[in-house]
Amino acid sequence: MAGGAQGAGVDAAATIFGRACGYGGLWVFGRREYHSNIKGLHSYFHLRLAKQEVLANVNDVDLLAAFDAETVVRHVQEVVPKGGIIVDALEMGVKVLEIPTLPPEFRAELKKWMIENNIGETLKDVLEYAKKHNVKVFPVPYRAILANVGKTLNTPQLSKITRMINVLTIGVSFALLKYDKGLVERAIRAQFPQKIANMNIIALDQAYEFAEKTFKAEFKHKLEKIDVSEERVFLTGNQAVAMGKVLGGCRVQTYYPITPAADESEYLEAHEILKTRDEEESIVVIQTEDEIAAINSASGACLAGARAATSTSGPGFSLMAEGLGWAGNSEVPVVITYYQRGAPATGLPTRHGQADLRFAMHAGHGEFARIILASGDIKECFYDAAKAFNLAEKYQMPVIHLIDKAMANCSQTYPIFDYRGFKIDRGGLLTEKDLEGSEYKRFQFTETGISPRAALGTKNAVMWYTGDEHNESGHISEEPLNRRLMMEKRMKKLDLVDKEVPAEEKMNFFGDPLSENCVVSWGSPKGAIIESIRMLQEEGFNLGFLQMRMLDPLPAEAVKRVLMGKKRIIDLEDNYTGQLGGIIKEKTGISPTHYVLKYTGRPTSTTEVYNALKAIMTGKATEKEVLMFGS
Amino acid sequence: MVAKPSDYRVSDVYADWCPGCGDFGIMNALQMAFAELELEPHRVVMVSGIGCSGKEPHNVKANGVHTLHGRTLPFAMGIKIANPQLEVLAIGGDGDGLGIGAGHFVNTGRRNLDMTYIIHNNGVYGLTKGQAAPTLKRDLQTKSLPRPNINEAVNAIGLAIISGYTFVARSYAYDVKHLKDVIKMAIQHKGLAFVECLQPCPTYNDINTKDWYAGEDRKDAEGKPQSRLYKLEEMGFDPEVRDWKDDFSKKMIALEKAQEWGDQIPIGVFYKKEYETTYEDRLTARIPFYPTRPPAKQKLGDEESNSSVDLSEFLDSLKTS
Repeated sequence: MAGGAQGAGVDAAATIFGRACGYGGLWVFGRREYHSNIKGLHSYFHLRLAKQEVLANVNDVDLLAAFDAETVVRHVQEVVPKGGIIVDALEMGVKVLEIPTLPPEFRAELKKWMIENNIGETLKDVLEYAKKHNVKVFPVPYRAILANVGKTLNTPQLSKITRMINVLTIGVSFALLKYDKGLVERAIRAQFPQKIANMNIIALDQAYEFAEKTFKAEFKHKLEKIDVSEERVFLTGNQAVAMGKVLGGCRVQTYYPITPAADESEYLEAHEILKTRDEEESIVVIQTEDEIAAINSASGACLAGARAATSTSGPGFSLMAEGLGWAGNSEVPVVITYYQRGAPATGLPTRHGQADLRFAMHAGHGEFARIILASGDIKECFYDAAKAFNLAEKYQMPVIHLIDKAMANCSQTYPIFDYRGFKIDRGGLLTEKDLEGSEYKRFQFTETGISPRAALGTKNAVMWYTGDEHNESGHISEEPLNRRLMMEKRMKKLDLVDKEVPAEEKMNFFGDPLSENCVVSWGSPKGAIIESIRMLQEEGFNLGFLQMRMLDPLPAEAVKRVLMGKKRIIDLEDNYTGQLGGIIKEKTGISPTHYVLKYTGRPTSTTEVYNALKAIMTGKATEKEVLMFGS
Repeated sequence: MVAKPSDYRVSDVYADWCPGCGDFGIMNALQMAFAELELEPHRVVMVSGIGCSGKEPHNVKANGVHTLHGRTLPFAMGIKIANPQLEVLAIGGDGDGLGIGAGHFVNTGRRNLDMTYIIHNNGVYGLTKGQAAPTLKRDLQTKSLPRPNINEAVNAIGLAIISGYTFVARSYAYDVKHLKDVIKMAIQHKGLAFVECLQPCPTYNDINTKDWYAGEDRKDAEGKPQSRLYKLEEMGFDPEVRDWKDDFSKKMIALEKAQEWGDQIPIGVFYKKEYETTYEDRLTARIPFYPTRPPAKQKLGDEESNSSVDLSEFLDSLKTS
């Protein structure tokens, strides 16, 4: 784990650290936490590294690289025995309760903990406590090393290079772990332009050398490189969604800046020219004046025949509700990528949450058909982002792709995605030729409810759309029979989705299908649940895990078949009310027996999920367990 | 093809505006303009908002997209960007564009897309029974207002000029020929054109009536009404910016003209600047093939429907092997 003030290069350090490990064949899972703040407040990343695939975070920290004193006091209790803390040697005298950026609630908690454990007032005293708990402390004179780096670079002004404290901690960390420095250099080169990379590599070298000399073999953990033959990528959820969209044919993306969605749009804009087999294509990214314009211009682009999407988070989606209804009423295949964060209102703008499922299902007045997909990890983000466009156009309805902050900002190693053979299904978009000699009716009644669709501008077709109830031609109609038929036409398309989309695309099952215990969940808790049930399996506790991926229309019959007769049904999600549990109850009549919920704004870790599930399995849990891990 | 205005009539829709509504005049002017420009109905998209004006596209045979209150411009923008080969006209009311949609009014100006925006200005929210629109002058009390209006009016022409619209004009719904000519110029203008169309609301605006515009209340010595409207073009007014260095002064003069109201109301073109790059030009500078292969015209898949995108440029930079 590494942490420091926001703006001190925590993000860059996370990427360099993760990539360096990836280059060495290790599997990485990284979690990013940051405040809604530009500079100064505490920010950190937590990387989990292993020889085999890792799917989630754990509570334990083996090595804490602190850029500043606050990082130590924030995380010292997470560092396990035999672990280590890298710390600024000059900050030992800092009176920790006087660190100005500590919020009052945390200061009070810290004070209480210090009194209870009889800890003195300085950082040194806190570290003495850690030492007593068998944690190694590695004081590093950051400024002295930087001064040396400055000398090598001929830059006497320390302020210009203070930002490189992040690289110093990387150097010291990898030296302690006795890891191949060449791989770290490569990661630095991949991160920065050449000139900055060169400076950083000098800093890395000096930190590495200092640590090797000073702390020789004092740290027990070791990172070893593994030879790997497969190609792998290390990426975030934002990046996976962006790539999936491009694959799925998205050619217009609209957005208004919002955390944690905006990174995706910026990444797309940076790659606006797309390579294809024959010629170049492009994705036009439009930064609109608000989310209302974002969804409505995306819908407009869809009407003209482009595949279009918008990306947002809760507050933005709230503004999109009316536009979503228009898209539902006019059967527009618009895709909305919805990055949930801590809510309601501004909520916890940079933190995690999964409390918008009900909202996504019901946003917009009246009743209309929509599809809701929920990805459970970065790989699913990629494929679902692509698939969303096929579903939208085939069934002519808006598709909401639900993601959460934990997935958007975490980074993970994957074998390179195999995307060749991904089919584009435009649901029979009519051409000029198809339309010859007939009078086109955009909302023609058909048996399935799906009317043949033509793009605006197609020769031989003139069409009308309206947010009013309309007749087959798309003109306003308030006639009762027409209204009934149009309602039924739009809504029955959901039956078709239910029938045609295979169950295996709507849900995943992990663990023991015969077990009488089953966890149900959706979204980012997936990784922690899979790891937990594996651990519990080894201890003789058998559990299954039903992960829902299509939440609307919910495949109720399939869910019923899985859950029928289970003794324990454990609903696990990151919200207060257990929204998925409630929806399952509503659609299948089967109620969860237990709830494991989290609404602290932090993602679930394997450790806490394991503990909660074990408590349930051993009868030591209450009906509702609330998870708390993560600072 | 020689087109007639009647080619743009819709047979199975009853135009349900009140008798004497200015919307009929605007509908006729649109149909005439389309005919004179010989626009093929399938290439035209009329995008409207909510209110009486929102029904305009249903009465014209060309593609029509009747959207949400205030959101006319975002829909129009999305359509135009996806397929710049379409002739896009956004059509909305005064409340739609200058009240609930004012944010889009300003921000669309910043983009200078090559499309036309026509606002129907009758000073009231007709369809909801005559509340004050953002263009109703302060202290006026139209028929259904319980109290006189205590809000200042938005100056649509002025707002368009300072927001970046590159063609700004005003016309009058009862002068169909003038309106038709202005709409034609707006469509032909390369860039974002704004037309404010003054119109009486015969049902709810009992102040700015047809007779008021015609000056029936101010007859000259011979008993001839003195129209409140006068045409800028007849006064030798030159709205066009031909050189960067004149832009500021032309804007200032246009803004000054935009202040005139009451007994002297100018109609015609206030401001015009054609050499400004359009949003489409700006996109083309980044994506050279944008005009011929815009988002709506891309293939997406090969003969077997396989997505034809090559993601290696994305993936290479994420590789750890």
